[in-house]
Amino acid sequence: MSDQPLLRVTDLKTYFPVKSGGLFRRSLGQVKAVDGVSFDVNAGETLGLVGESGCGKSTTGRSILRLIDPTGGRIELDGVDVTDLSKKELVPFRRTAQMIFQDPYNALNPRHTVGSIISGPFQVQKVDPPGGVRAAVQELMERVGLNPEHYNRYPSEFSGGQRQRIGIARAIALRPKLIVCDEPVSALDVSIQAQIVNLLKDLQEDFGISYLFVAHDLSVVRQISQRVAVMYLGHIVELASRDVLYSRPLHPYTHALLSAIPLPDPDRQKQREQITLNGDLPSPMNPPSGCVFHTRCFRAQDRCKVEIPELVEVAPGHVLACHFPMTDVVIGTRIEGPNSGLVEMPHRDVEAPSEVIADMAEEGLGGPVTADYVGDPDRD
Amino acid sequence: MSDSTRAFLDVRDLTVSFPTEGGLVHAVEGVSFSIERGETLAIVGESGSGKSVSAQAIMGLINRKAGHISGEVWLNGQNIVAMSDDDVRKLRGSEMAMIFQDPMSSLHPFYKIGAQLSEAVRVHQKVSKADAKAQAIDMLGRVGIPDPKSRADTYPHQLSGGMRQRVMIAMALINSPSLLIADEPTTALDVTVQAQILELIASLQSEFDTAVVLITHDLGIVADVADDVAVMYGGRLVERANVDDIFYRAQMPYTLGLLSSVPRLDQVTSDRLDPIPGNPPSPINLPPGCVFQPRCSYSHLVGGTTCEMQRPELLQINADHFVRCHLDEAERVRISTEVTHVFHGGQA
Amino acid sequence: MSAYVVRRVLSMLLLLLLLSLVVFILFSILPTDPARLTCGKACTPEIIEANRHRLGLDLPVMQQYWEFLKGLFVGRTYAANSPDPINCSAPCLGYSFRRREEVLILIKDGLPTTIWLALGAFVFWMVAGISLGVYAAIRRGTWRDKTVMSVSLVGYSLPSFFIGLLAIFFIIIKWNLLPYPSWVPPQENPIGFLQTMILPWIILAILYAAFYMRLTRNQMLEVLGEDYIRTARAKGLPERTVIGKHALRAGLTPIVTAAGLDLAGLLGGAIIIESLFSLPGIGSLAISSVNDSDLPVIVGITLVTATFIIVANLIVDLLYAAIDPRVRLG
Repeated sequence: MSDQPLLRVTDLKTYFPVKSGGLFRRSLGQVKAVDGVSFDVNAGETLGLVGESGCGKSTTGRSILRLIDPTGGRIELDGVDVTDLSKKELVPFRRTAQMIFQDPYNALNPRHTVGSIISGPFQVQKVDPPGGVRAAVQELMERVGLNPEHYNRYPSEFSGGQRQRIGIARAIALRPKLIVCDEPVSALDVSIQAQIVNLLKDLQEDFGISYLFVAHDLSVVRQISQRVAVMYLGHIVELASRDVLYSRPLHPYTHALLSAIPLPDPDRQKQREQITLNGDLPSPMNPPSGCVFHTRCFRAQDRCKVEIPELVEVAPGHVLACHFPMTDVVIGTRIEGPNSGLVEMPHRDVEAPSEVIADMAEEGLGGPVTADYVGDPDRD
Repeated sequence: MSDSTRAFLDVRDLTVSFPTEGGLVHAVEGVSFSIERGETLAIVGESGSGKSVSAQAIMGLINRKAGHISGEVWLNGQNIVAMSDDDVRKLRGSEMAMIFQDPMSSLHPFYKIGAQLSEAVRVHQKVSKADAKAQAIDMLGRVGIPDPKSRADTYPHQLSGGMRQRVMIAMALINSPSLLIADEPTTALDVTVQAQILELIASLQSEFDTAVVLITHDLGIVADVADDVAVMYGGRLVERANVDDIFYRAQMPYTLGLLSSVPRLDQVTSDRLDPIPGNPPSPINLPPGCVFQPRCSYSHLVGGTTCEMQRPELLQINADHFVRCHLDEAERVRISTEVTHVFHGGQA
Repeated sequence: MSAYVVRRVLSMLLLLLLLSLVVFILFSILPTDPARLTCGKACTPEIIEANRHRLGLDLPVMQQYWEFLKGLFVGRTYAANSPDPINCSAPCLGYSFRRREEVLILIKDGLPTTIWLALGAFVFWMVAGISLGVYAAIRRGTWRDKTVMSVSLVGYSLPSFFIGLLAIFFIIIKWNLLPYPSWVPPQENPIGFLQTMILPWIILAILYAAFYMRLTRNQMLEVLGEDYIRTARAKGLPERTVIGKHALRAGLTPIVTAAGLDLAGLLGGAIIIESLFSLPGIGSLAISSVNDSDLPVIVGITLVTATFIIVANLIVDLLYAAIDPRVRLG
């Protein structure tokens, strides 16, 4: 592995404008969907990008592939700065970086055969694979576990898991170095999810592909990632190697997120310490001051309301943005005693978020007529 | 069995089929389970397993012109399948209530939430509009909606996803039903909100002594809240047991397959997951024998064509553990020990 | 909201201005010579030229358009230098030399008939279309649904002049069930008014009802599959509340849109029905002015009809917001 990471994202910002409904459609400001995100993805590794809906994880993934134009920052792929490439200049870039989408039902054109869907990248890039397109596509189909004889079938003839395999075959057709996977298994049944996760791992081993794996399911992310970044309201709040992040998370949000997921193990689940966060995600249009998490944080102090925590490296490979990290807590252990810092922390009842959302609706964000804000795929 | 010993909700041999152009769809076949007040039964299964159709059949929500329903659904001593449509309607929302996966699409977008709640009150209670509204506001407060009085005058789209699901729960429980069916109630929500909603359902359940049927695909939620578990596959109940037996002593290869498919948050047991191969069966064209046979890794142990050709019966293996499988008991126990050992952190 | 209305009205005015310009230019390049039409049988080229000059028809098109616009606000005088000038007071939509009358007055005369015709038919078709559409939707797939839909297809495909002629022949001439239609305002003779209007209403309504039946049925079928309808049933609401309140309101928006525009279109005159039943409405006026190449009247009717449709559009959008709280006007 060279020193240079495959993908380097520096201070990435993606803002969406919000316009008023008034006579002159003034600009009301912007939604900072992604607000200063930096990370690397090394060759052959998987970086998990997790967070709740609206945290900006999907927007980050799409901005990196330039499906959405970022507002600021820098994206370097394989040593090339792709931040400001024009549409035309982006074409060769698509050979290096590809995407797999969440919804296997909508991501494939229903009027095209599987063969023409998978061979699409060859045509766009004017690549002539040795042995011909058909042979190459059938080899790809076999590789992802599809029957090559189904070359002329249409997407509607396949199940959800098989469609996701079609999407994967299309994405790997040009042997890209990076694939952004946007919730690739969350629309699938549990037994099918595992098949797809295994397939993605196999392909990584065979072709050395790097994944930016965007997902909300932390269990799946743990299974596939080497390192994991946690996002909240457009910011990365913590990034660490998988085992460190899952066993000794330092950010209270990471901790709360992990403890909120019930374990498929009744005995362990009953013994676990659970932190229930109050309220919902605040509006990204009007994010809280200071640390964006302070309105829901059980460790927040006055300082958190005013001072934005810097993202700093607290241990090799472990970056964190928090004024009061959870230094002494190991996840999965029950915390006892008055000074443990966790049990005693008062639960803060912060209920601002839904009001903010109501305000957004009043300002015309909620309605279908002025959906200026449809660009953010993270929001529902 | 006389009514006095009958369980509070007692579903017997429930079968639902729909005639379609492609043939008869056997959505649910011969499903039986029971549950008492205050208990939670989780129905687990993948898409097409028949879990949602079973729930809608219990609620009487399946149009009898569109689907054939047979079997018995006893709620508090009354058989819903045998009742008239209007009598079942009177039970809906008063004796039994339901919440759904997507709280946004499940609330009417054009009516204020207060109005939607008071409508539910007034259809079952003879009260004035003002009384109904007061009940609505009270209930909104009880499900943790801040400032319920002014929130009652907002529309669903003005609330967050978690708040909408709270509204749905308030609407379902406003007439104090004794049975609540929750169909994937947190699937559309974020995990931190999911935790809030599960906590809310549990606390209201103990307050009202409600029987809860929770339909989910998430084994973590099952482990967290269920007392009993029914596993469905291909429209059939394939295993039923208390929650510990399902997670530590499951015997049906499908249940075991589900367990090995689930990645765990608290540990990485192996580099690769061990998924169930293949895809779920089409309900129009079910295999003639065991519906799981085409995906089962153990059917060769049975020998002959038993699994391919014969529908297995639901076997009772102890007081509350039932399994539908042709494997003999020794094999089932061996496989069970193997798989659950790995699932719970042991080495393969 | 009010800012929205102001913006919409401003853009409406702009649109009308543009439209009038296009109409004006289109008609000015037509091969018909309006000056030729101003003199009767005993015509000489000299008289035509004199008339052309008198009426300002020898001016460039843009200048004529300017005169027309000015006339809308301050009125205008035709043939000002001649011994018998013609005064057309503001708002002057033009003057028909053929009919020796201001265009606005001609339209004003025809409008009540057309409004009565359109409104009556509107009520008939909305009631019939929506109720039959709902009926077909809740009986989806049954022989009743199929019957309603086939009948509506027949109604939709029969030309209105054909039904109209049949009705006149059988109901009026052969069976003498109704007197021969002759327009009379309702305030003068309500019975005669109803006797004249009932057939035109029904015939006009048949065509539209067929369309609204299908629209309503499709809307209802879509809405009845929505999750919130399942919720309404899960609450224990009686089926009539589920259909009549929850489903119908949700399915109403496209129906309102279509209804607004259809009604506005009809206010521009129902040419065939008005002619068939000798109703002196905008439609009759339009067809006779086309026959006579009476350009000022055609321009006037075009503009008035366009105004109706544009205003209806605004009203429909406002209704939309009233029906669906998620719609934010802006």
